[in-house]
Amino acid sequence: MSPLWTILLILVPLAGALLVIFGGDGKNAYRDALWASIASLVPAVMMLIRFDYTRAAEFQGAASWTWIEQLGLRLSIGTDSIALLLIALTVLLGPVCVLASKTAITKHRRMYYAWLLILQAAMVGVFASRDLLMFYICFEFTLLPMFVLIRMFGSTNRVAASTKFFLYTFTGSIIALAGLVYVVGFAADLNGAWSLDIGVLTAAAAQMSAGQQAMVLGALLAGFAVKVPLFPVHTWLPLAHTEAPTAGSVILAGVLLKLGTYGIYRFAIPMAPAAFTEYAPAIATLSIVGIIYAGLICWIQDDIKKLVAYSSVSHLGFCVLGLAALNAAGLSGSVLYMLSHGLSTGGLFLMIGFMYERYHTRDMRKVSGLASKMPVWAFFMVFFAMASVGLPGLNGFPSELLCLIGAFQADEAWTLAGEPGAAGVTLGPWYAAVAGLGMVIAAMYLLIMVGRICFGPLVEPEGHHAHAVLPDDLNTREIITLLPLAVGCLVFGFFPGLLLDAIHDPVNQTLELVRAGSAAAADTAGAFTQGVRP
Amino acid sequence: MIEKLAIVWPEIILFATTCVVMLTGQWPVCAVRRMTPWLAAVGLIAAIGAAMASPPSDGLYPDLVPYAKSLVGIMGLMILPLLAGTVDRELEAGVARGERFEPLRSNGAEFYAFFLFSLTGLMLVASSDTLIWLFLALELTSLPTYMMVTLSSRSTRAHEAGVKYFFLGALGAAIFLYGFTLLYGATGSVNIPTIAAHFAEHGLGPIGLAGVLISLIGLFFKIAAVPMHFYTPDVYQGAASPVSAMLAFVPKMAGFMAIFMIVGSAGWGPDGTGLPVPVEALLWVVAAMTMTVGNVLALLQSSVKRMMAYSSIAHSGYMLVGVIAGPGGDGASFWRNGLAAVLFYLLCYGVMNLGVFAVLASLERKGQEADDIDDIRGLVRTHPPLGWSMVICCLALLGFPPLLGFIGKVGLITSGITSGHLALVIILAINSAIAALYYLRLVAAVYLEPASDTGFRPSRYGSRQVAALVSAGGVLVLLLMSNRLITAADDASRYAPVAPETAPYAEAGANN
Repeated sequence: MSPLWTILLILVPLAGALLVIFGGDGKNAYRDALWASIASLVPAVMMLIRFDYTRAAEFQGAASWTWIEQLGLRLSIGTDSIALLLIALTVLLGPVCVLASKTAITKHRRMYYAWLLILQAAMVGVFASRDLLMFYICFEFTLLPMFVLIRMFGSTNRVAASTKFFLYTFTGSIIALAGLVYVVGFAADLNGAWSLDIGVLTAAAAQMSAGQQAMVLGALLAGFAVKVPLFPVHTWLPLAHTEAPTAGSVILAGVLLKLGTYGIYRFAIPMAPAAFTEYAPAIATLSIVGIIYAGLICWIQDDIKKLVAYSSVSHLGFCVLGLAALNAAGLSGSVLYMLSHGLSTGGLFLMIGFMYERYHTRDMRKVSGLASKMPVWAFFMVFFAMASVGLPGLNGFPSELLCLIGAFQADEAWTLAGEPGAAGVTLGPWYAAVAGLGMVIAAMYLLIMVGRICFGPLVEPEGHHAHAVLPDDLNTREIITLLPLAVGCLVFGFFPGLLLDAIHDPVNQTLELVRAGSAAAADTAGAFTQGVRP
Repeated sequence: MIEKLAIVWPEIILFATTCVVMLTGQWPVCAVRRMTPWLAAVGLIAAIGAAMASPPSDGLYPDLVPYAKSLVGIMGLMILPLLAGTVDRELEAGVARGERFEPLRSNGAEFYAFFLFSLTGLMLVASSDTLIWLFLALELTSLPTYMMVTLSSRSTRAHEAGVKYFFLGALGAAIFLYGFTLLYGATGSVNIPTIAAHFAEHGLGPIGLAGVLISLIGLFFKIAAVPMHFYTPDVYQGAASPVSAMLAFVPKMAGFMAIFMIVGSAGWGPDGTGLPVPVEALLWVVAAMTMTVGNVLALLQSSVKRMMAYSSIAHSGYMLVGVIAGPGGDGASFWRNGLAAVLFYLLCYGVMNLGVFAVLASLERKGQEADDIDDIRGLVRTHPPLGWSMVICCLALLGFPPLLGFIGKVGLITSGITSGHLALVIILAINSAIAALYYLRLVAAVYLEPASDTGFRPSRYGSRQVAALVSAGGVLVLLLMSNRLITAADDASRYAPVAPETAPYAEAGANN
């Protein structure tokens, strides 16, 4: 695979942003942004076609240029199959977000679409980078567009929401930077050369002592757990989600949260394998608390957008649980979840956005029975809610199930049974059983929501009158917006094997790293306890 | 003596320029008076040229001279356009109406002369190799700034600021002078490399240690570090913005150069991590306090100038992390070299910070400069170039990747971590996040909030806006050039603690 496609994926949206800024007034902005986001589908499709899936664990399309030599900062790109799929998700959401904003955004359109496209470029940069500092720069840079989107285009409480969003994630990630730099320093001492190449760092990091690994893990989790968000640092997310414009929520749920889980998968696990194995039960416990706690909050929500926002916290808990399981089922389930959650929750946010544009309320007490007035809308609402619940045949099911199986299998019994599963003794059936309750709760709150809002007698907010532009039910543009996500949900649901095959190699390679790493740490620990010292 | 002269050519050139400026600044012919800033610019450019060709000095940091002096010259050139219209406004307006020019009422000559004097002093600090030279150079840097603060505005606040700055500055000077005498008492020499050699051989001893610590405490005044920071907000707010911009850079740079000398004489040891424990403890505590106090108090401000004053305190704290990390041993690369990180960060900070003050100075209402955050609300819409300059400079100060402040901060973080000061780096990280809150407030006010007509219009001194644009452009250009600048900073920070007299013997010994 040629690196050209990856570069195009970053440059096309940036060029689109320039076009939006300098290409005339607000009306052109929508059109230009749409073309730019559709144009960036081309390199993404080319990447998907040209990628050699037999060598999925290798970073293909690699290229690098020196930027700041003294800091070892290189612009270095390359994708394995996991990064590739996440990039594909990002690019797929691009036109969806633009299409969804046509009537919702009426002021400052040039600013809006320009930042939307810049955000897309930055997110692709995160997944594509093979240089630590480049990763970090892209990772942090995503904050600024999102801050502007929430602050400028959000609803009533947007100032507080955007500030909280920025501060939470900025604080976390700058601590993560300290942790990453610590790894770089360690690797430099070990290898005698300063390098920011992620591969080199991962190889060196496994040799850190258990104490060092625990420290690094703490720092990295400070950054990535806030982003996921893991309980108890999740409080920024419901606020940001509720206040963000529809497209902002879609991107936030679809991709930005995945930067956290991707960070854990790509950095925290390989760079601190022994520590991650040791603390996996704690991390899993936090994620299970998040699953149940956020699920219960969903149950009592009247604000429909807040409900979906909290459901994101709950769902991402499964994703982290899968990572903490540290076996093939858990890790692949988690990666699958990163992809599928973007589709179903993104879809739900779109549905809420479409409703909000017509009724200007998100309060479930003020609207209900919309199925009689908006049948197409109600169809998609039920569809995405089912996908989110985990109905077999849709995307939520295989990923959630795999995460639970992973947690279940991450036990001594299963490891001894010859299953090349867990890298160490981490979790067990109890974890899976309690987390499984989360699925039940999810079914409850999502079905209640669908029942209240779609079915029953038609209730509309007082003083409601028809939208000036939009018809009662969804128009063609809105249906086209939803189709890619809906098709994605179906494909995921019926053929999860395709994706599982694609991510099989990189997941196993990560597991090998963890096994080797924790074995090495166990040896050192043993040596110390037996008093073998010079 | 002649060799000494060779390294002070930039200062000689600047001094000559100062004399010329002193004359032309009060020349009765208007056209000649107008030429004054241009003459100063020519002098600065010539001084930069001389600085770049400068041979190594005899000091602890032989290669510091070209980098530091060029940096001073370049920053001087960037501040110069901002100074336009700071003094003599009514006078020149009167002359334009046909009144007679009265040299006695004019301040233009002194103002530019003091500016150049201060820069001359700053350059001398960089090339100093004895304590007496260092003290005189520090005083030459500071004394003109006291006058500039008072001259810069007709309001009583400026006078109050000037007096406050002078008395506290004198106190600081007295403290570090006392420290210098103790150093002399402990070692019997005022030559800094000799002092370093003496300390390396015999250890610090109680008097030497007291000398180092007391000198440092006095120097903390110059860099506005806690607990010597109290004057900063009042002085920055009282002085006119162009002078505040200068105050945020010139004394700070002088302070850090001097701290380099004093800490360097105590020495980081061969591997760069062996700073004497009390010295390290003092620097550590002061760095942590400075960052935290500066950032937390900046949060509470609604005056942008006070906010920037507190942020200037905080940035001094960041840079102290680099001082603690030290040069990182022989031939260490940039990421280990805290001194190089400080030198690079000084440049970054100077440019970024100048941009913010330049934007404030560019906005006026009836001769009054913008100060409150309400005055700059919606600036991107009303005056896009100024607004964007503000946005870029604030994001850079925040350390937002990939802007200049981020690259600078990465240098400080890597050196801090590789020298083993993880806790301090975490404090730095948390402080950067606190700082994000108020910089973000500025960015949001300027970029995202609707404009309200506050009556502020761009100053009729267009050169101030040029200064704002040049700073914002500089933030971006320096980012692209950072490769070469980091190399320069790395070379400049070469730490050679061997006293010149003993060097030949050491070499002879090695040959035997």
